[in-house]
Amino acid sequence: MAKVVVVTSGKGGVGKTTSTAALGAALAQHGQNVVVVDFDVGLRNLDLVMGAERRVVYDLINVTQGIAKLPQALIRDKRLERLALLPASQTRDKDALTEEGVSRVINSLKQMFDWVICDSPAGIERGATLAMRFADTAIIVTNPEVSSVRDSDRIIGILDAKTVKAERGERVDKHLLISRYDPARAARGEMLSIEDVLEILSTPLLGIIPESEEVLRASNLGSPVTFNNPSSAPARAYLDAARRLMGEEVEMTIPTEKQGFLGKLFGRRAA
Amino acid sequence: MNLFNFFKRQGTAPVARDRLQILLAYERGSTRGAPDLLAILREEILTAVGRHVQIDSNRVNVRVDRGEKVSTLEVDIEIPNAVRMAPRRKRAVPMQRSAS
Ligand SMILES: Nc1ncnc2c1ncn2[C@@H]1O[C@H](COP(=O)(O)OP(=O)(O)OP(=O)(O)O)[C@@H](O)[C@H]1O
Ligand SMILES: [Mg+2]
Repeated sequence: MAKVVVVTSGKGGVGKTTSTAALGAALAQHGQNVVVVDFDVGLRNLDLVMGAERRVVYDLINVTQGIAKLPQALIRDKRLERLALLPASQTRDKDALTEEGVSRVINSLKQMFDWVICDSPAGIERGATLAMRFADTAIIVTNPEVSSVRDSDRIIGILDAKTVKAERGERVDKHLLISRYDPARAARGEMLSIEDVLEILSTPLLGIIPESEEVLRASNLGSPVTFNNPSSAPARAYLDAARRLMGEEVEMTIPTEKQGFLGKLFGRRAA
Repeated sequence: MNLFNFFKRQGTAPVARDRLQILLAYERGSTRGAPDLLAILREEILTAVGRHVQIDSNRVNVRVDRGEKVSTLEVDIEIPNAVRMAPRRKRAVPMQRSAS
């Protein structure tokens, strides 16, 4: 049975799109059939992070309006066939996306894939509520920083009120993904600790993604970080998080890049 | 992987810049009223083919790849052999031939 996952946060720029691409790729690397769907109408970027920007023909709104069939709009990843992207529209008319249209597309995607991962726009407006509307599972991306944690709390409330599952009296399965974590700054007490964040949000932890220049490198190249450098710290964090999402028990660690000179040399050669 | 080492040495920013230049050249065109040539070609090809054959929209596949110097447009239309044409003449062609 396909799972619909929303990657959400409330606050902008915390790493939703990065995480959607990396987790989607990681699930595919673990053998799953995955589609990542960009809900950021007017400001699409998932295509860039996935490296598919030159291949976009149709988008989500074209499909909901019947201008294109779903298989025509899906862009298959060149590196891994079982990973696909459904791009967002660049239209300025945000009302072009309707709940009924989204419902139909998600239902069709569920027939074709094991995982439907929806990259939510920031905010709590229509785009964000539509992205979470049909979710079975939510990944709340949080930075260890006050405004991000506060917005996450807000989003958790909305997930418990405005999703189809919530309205049916069921619960959306919620996971916290702490991103851009800097262990050195946390140790110096400059950054909220993992324990603080978990205690405040009381939501189970899916993973801790360290702050890393590998993320920027990967997005420059248009390759999810788990493809681009699978042995890097953020890639290992995302690969583990994907396994947890699949229901596996994986010990929680904060991967670090700390390698000796030789380790780096070999790590690089292996990549 | 060689490619990977190559990028590592050079830094990835030049790749990012090239990718953005290609993308923005195209997006600026299509959002500021300039027609999107690939989209026009796509529509006209489909219309032209549709004049001769009934196209099943499930059997059409369009792929583009926007490059810096060249872009490619691939329009892949499945045309069933049995229902070849919207027939102009009602009589079957072989019958006419044997009659003459
Ligand atoms: N672990 C990380 N280490 C370093 N930089 C990161 C990390 N995660 C994300 N970033 C950077 O943070 C920026 C914002 O990331 P991203 O676009 O994924 O956020 P977003 O939540 O999707 O933003 P928006 O709300 O605008 O959609 C990007 O420049 C990205 O490269
Ligand atoms: Mg985003």
